[in-house]
Amino acid sequence: MITKRIIPCLDVRDGRVVKGVNFQGLGDVDSPVRLAKMYSESGADELVFYDITASAEGRALFTDILTETARQVFIPLTVGGGINTVADFDRVLKCGADKVSVNSGAIRNPGLIGEAAKKYGDQCVVLSVDVKRVDGVFRVFAKGGRVDTGLDALEWIRRGVESGAGEVVVNSIDTDGVKRGFDLEMLEKVCEIVQVPVIASGGAGCVGDFITLFRSLPGVDAGLAASIFHLGEVQIRDLKREMKDADIPVRI
Amino acid sequence: MTAIVDYGVGNLFSLKCSFEAIGENAEVTSDPGRIREARRVILPGVGAFADAAEKLRASGLDAVLRETAEAGKPLMGICLGMQLLFGKSLEYGEHEGLGLLRGTVRPIRDILDERGADPERKLKIPQMGWNALRLRRNSPLFRYIREGEYVYFVHSYAADGCGDSLLADTEYGAPLTACVGEGNVMGCQFHPEKSGSVGLRLLKAFCEMGE
Repeated sequence: MITKRIIPCLDVRDGRVVKGVNFQGLGDVDSPVRLAKMYSESGADELVFYDITASAEGRALFTDILTETARQVFIPLTVGGGINTVADFDRVLKCGADKVSVNSGAIRNPGLIGEAAKKYGDQCVVLSVDVKRVDGVFRVFAKGGRVDTGLDALEWIRRGVESGAGEVVVNSIDTDGVKRGFDLEMLEKVCEIVQVPVIASGGAGCVGDFITLFRSLPGVDAGLAASIFHLGEVQIRDLKREMKDADIPVRI
Repeated sequence: MTAIVDYGVGNLFSLKCSFEAIGENAEVTSDPGRIREARRVILPGVGAFADAAEKLRASGLDAVLRETAEAGKPLMGICLGMQLLFGKSLEYGEHEGLGLLRGTVRPIRDILDERGADPERKLKIPQMGWNALRLRRNSPLFRYIREGEYVYFVHSYAADGCGDSLLADTEYGAPLTACVGEGNVMGCQFHPEKSGSVGLRLLKAFCEMGE
């Protein structure tokens, strides 16, 4: 059986991981390459690198890091942040990314998904969406979750997949940072409308939250989280062992 | 030296890095001379079958690959590269491949439907993610691999009707071809360069062929 994926997400600025990671007694680690290696060795199924740099220098540093990571880490690598054009896809794919995630770039130019999918294949294009409830409906937020676009999230996701997104990352702003579990209500709605893999993001606080996620929503393919892994609150190895004990298909 | 055939399909950076990681000299090349000189040859690829097959023909590399196979040199296709080693693909129509392996490349959905698997169509296509290898035959490729180890797949089509050349499969509603081989010609549907240490071990075993 295909296994459920566990994906740590690293925010990178000017060549370093933004929140240094306290990795199992190794102290504060902020080298993205070292961290990627450690996560890969501890059982991460995939990695997401998120480029939160604004400057050109920072961007060049980011691609250097990507290249170095691809030299040392042999699991799938998704890159997001600052992806606005097909040329941006090209830039990160050449440095070793396997998948590229688009968010605000696709909101500004919805044609980007189709263009990129045509050139690199659907499997390469990940639609990442920040969703928040507004008056009882799910809305798409842009600019790191600060701006309400007015777009209906489910409609936006359906259209994105139709245009060629091969995977969807759904980040719930309502549950993000709260650490009381994933947004099951929203994720269930997303699973109902798309046939491509769905990655849940936002809200994981403990191992049990992942177990609940995969048990209650078989349509969810992967769980993504950042700080709980970085802060060592959840060790990927323990998480996967508990998933296995709960009969959730997992790679150990 | 291992030649990684560059025919303008997909990104070969990670693949080259994975050979470096196991201390093997690999060269990304489209030069028939270099491919002939290589001890072994990798045919990579992602994307659409028809387009890739056409690129191989247009560049004349199809003949070089047939020559490689006939010369008894280890030749391994990866993902779409593996599919191109078959005679025929039913991806959007019917397209001719290199005809070096027995079997036909078919849509995963057709294979599942035919076997009555996944009647409610709950399985997602493409199969994307880590799935376990079920070893069906002995092969030098599996020298460092154990039954049930996980590798990374991304595919919407799979080789079917491979007969004795089926080396390993994986369960996705129905068994799907994961590894094939007939003598010196072999292929894997998954991505060894993205399958962590399992993938590197498979590449290491491949590199020990033709020594």
